[in-house]
Amino acid sequence: MVTLQFIPYREIENLTSVGRIRKLLNVAKQNKIVLLQGRLRREEEAELIKVTMEEINREFQGIELAVINPSDSGTGFSRFKNNVFSVLLGDRQGITIIGPANIVKSIKKDPDKIELLTSERLVKKRRPK
Amino acid sequence: MVFNTFKEFFARFWKDIFKGRRDLKLGLYGPPNSGKSTLANRICKDWLGEEMSTVSNIAHETREIKVKEQINIKSKSGKELFFNLVDTPGIATRIDYEDFIKAGLSEKKAKRRAKEATKGIVDAIKWLNDMDAVVVVLDATQDPYSQVNITIIGNLQARNIPVIIAANKTDLKEARLKNVEAAFPQYPVVGISAKKGKNVSEFYESLFKHL
Repeated sequence: MVTLQFIPYREIENLTSVGRIRKLLNVAKQNKIVLLQGRLRREEEAELIKVTMEEINREFQGIELAVINPSDSGTGFSRFKNNVFSVLLGDRQGITIIGPANIVKSIKKDPDKIELLTSERLVKKRRPK
Repeated sequence: MVFNTFKEFFARFWKDIFKGRRDLKLGLYGPPNSGKSTLANRICKDWLGEEMSTVSNIAHETREIKVKEQINIKSKSGKELFFNLVDTPGIATRIDYEDFIKAGLSEKKAKRRAKEATKGIVDAIKWLNDMDAVVVVLDATQDPYSQVNITIIGNLQARNIPVIIAANKTDLKEARLKNVEAAFPQYPVVGISAKKGKNVSEFYESLFKHL
């Protein structure tokens, strides 16, 4: 069974960068796939990778990360509008997916859909003998 | 955040005044196995006559930052550019030693490689702030929209560090230069084959144009 945990933006809004990363990573380390409303700041995304690397061990092999942001794909006025919303409301547009690497093999982004490919190892482990 | 932006601005300003262009740090960043070390070797061979890094088909061959100092390249019009070349470990979000075992390494070597690779990625991210300009080396045969690519380039943009994208491995028929150009339309993209030396002179010219 794969568990998805939705985290609304308001839950991370007032946290420090370290607090945001800690919160998301703690959920991923519980073998849950995080669906975060909005996105982290750009510097925080790199910091998330850095902290992930510092915590890799036998049980935790890292994460798969994908950010889907409508303001990235818009042009002209719609892009401007999205940027204004981001300034006013914070980075709450779009969605960030963080999956533990032992569950999520890869995440493929498409303009209309997101494909989460789960790890074969997990499927094999769960087959009845 | 505003404080950090000011701090970065003044750090850069200070560095420019006292170090000058001779200490320009040009970083090679990108995902594992995109050809960063192959490009570093190509640059060093072309301008210094010696190689800089070892390369391998197994990912994460470069697991520590390597710096080659005082490289002097010349443009077709006679301009000169001095820089220190920084070859960095490939940035990834996951490291599993079993992947290295599948690639043919012993368990002991695979575990050591995984440990060194994670440390290498941490160092590469720490060094981002020290770069004056970055060449993001992407494998043109792979999907350019991976989150690692977007995160690296987004971070450089947030830090106001000039970026050139080298779409590598264009000698392979699976290479799709147009996909890379479409993914990052706001950045200069140069298609090259670091291994075969294809289009490398155009890459050097782009350094003069954009740095």
